[in-house]
Amino acid sequence: MSEIDTSFDPGDADEVVRVRFVLNGCKTSCAVAPRDTLLDCLRNSLELTGTHAGCEMGACAACLVLLDGRAVHSCLMFAVQADGARIETIEGLSESGAIADLQAEFHRRNALQCGFCTPGMLINAHELLSQNAAPSRAEIRDALSGNYCRCTGYEAIVDAVAAAAARRAGGKTKDHAS
Amino acid sequence: MKAKAFSYLRARTIEEALAAHSQAGDDARFIAGGQSLVPTLALRLQAPKLLIDITHLAELRGIRRESDFLRIGALTRHCEVMGEPLIAEFAPLLRAAAPFVAHPAIRNRGTLGGSIALADPAAEFPAMVLALDAEIEIAGLSGVRRVKADDFFVDLFETALAPGELVTAIHVPLFKANQKIAFDELARRRGDYALVGCGMIATFDGAKIETVRIAFFAVGHVPTRARTAEAVLPGYALDAARIAAAQAVLEQDLAPPDSDEAPPAMRLHLARVLLGRLLGRIGESA
Repeated sequence: MSEIDTSFDPGDADEVVRVRFVLNGCKTSCAVAPRDTLLDCLRNSLELTGTHAGCEMGACAACLVLLDGRAVHSCLMFAVQADGARIETIEGLSESGAIADLQAEFHRRNALQCGFCTPGMLINAHELLSQNAAPSRAEIRDALSGNYCRCTGYEAIVDAVAAAAARRAGGKTKDHAS
Repeated sequence: MKAKAFSYLRARTIEEALAAHSQAGDDARFIAGGQSLVPTLALRLQAPKLLIDITHLAELRGIRRESDFLRIGALTRHCEVMGEPLIAEFAPLLRAAAPFVAHPAIRNRGTLGGSIALADPAAEFPAMVLALDAEIEIAGLSGVRRVKADDFFVDLFETALAPGELVTAIHVPLFKANQKIAFDELARRRGDYALVGCGMIATFDGAKIETVRIAFFAVGHVPTRARTAEAVLPGYALDAARIAAAQAVLEQDLAPPDSDEAPPAMRLHLARVLLGRLLGRIGESA
């Protein structure tokens, strides 16, 4: 049996631990309480407020980030769990240009109104297209089924993702054939 | 929507995880994917003083083919259940059910072992391991034991796990050439918990059923086998009359509780519809 660390006082409200991860390509260190979610850490400590806090219980997906390349709810994990991980937020994906075409298609089609759900939508769509270059509309709807939008009714969002996929495949979409 | 303060331990070995749980007087929770646990902490439905992170335990990872079963590590994520060729080949019922579990981002984190240990009666995987006659591998301070799925799910969110025990793997009997599986569920919206769901695995002797196991979920306090319906099928081909015979006795197996979402008679009706569809699919492909 390995040595057990008995120095901690379980349930200590003031306990602070240091977490390190690679955030948007940069080595980052942050002091957090174990109960701080990754979402709170990103927004409050690191001031990256593009990741949105909606339901804070995994229902709305406004808080999606990429964790080691996969879309996850940052409200459904504690920052300490992310120690050693590679995290990309909407800020990183925007600045790198990785989702510039998706953003352009969302813009072109008014696939947002208030914009609250948009970071999560973009991250989910980005992951979908990285795994499935030519998704059907049904596959796009299925992939986005956990992302709530209370403004647009989803049609324009699905259109935008489909258009971005078609453009990446080198095709022209109907809207732009003229 | 913020969890009460707790301490966090990233376990390096199973022994360390088990010992820490015991040291905390069992006022601790193991956390893996956390997709069900974290919301309950945020809502303060529970407030353990210690979270023990088991996601870095190598012994709980990986999928291995043994002589007559597939050992699926407890930390296998739902997205891996969808993508792993060994699961598609040797445990296709799990593969069939996986896309129905929540949404992609949840499937990227949630783990098979976590789903089994939680034993949500409306979840897909507990019912599927029941249909598959799988065994749950459990580690505790007194050693490792294996419990058949038939004996594992005891009551609402209650399993054969003792406090401080940890699900380490699921052992699924290898899928055979003369077997067929079917899975489906009825939900109001994609990704929602099902109103009724069902999975089955049948062994055929030519066109006739030799044995079949049928498990329903979202029909009561535990994932539930339709034993009476199972019993009327062996020795017969799956024609319309035989499927109707199974549907006719299904009410002896299921007693859905009343709920705002669906009254018992509606759930039972939907379960019959689903049973008919799935037996029909298996019959056509046999």
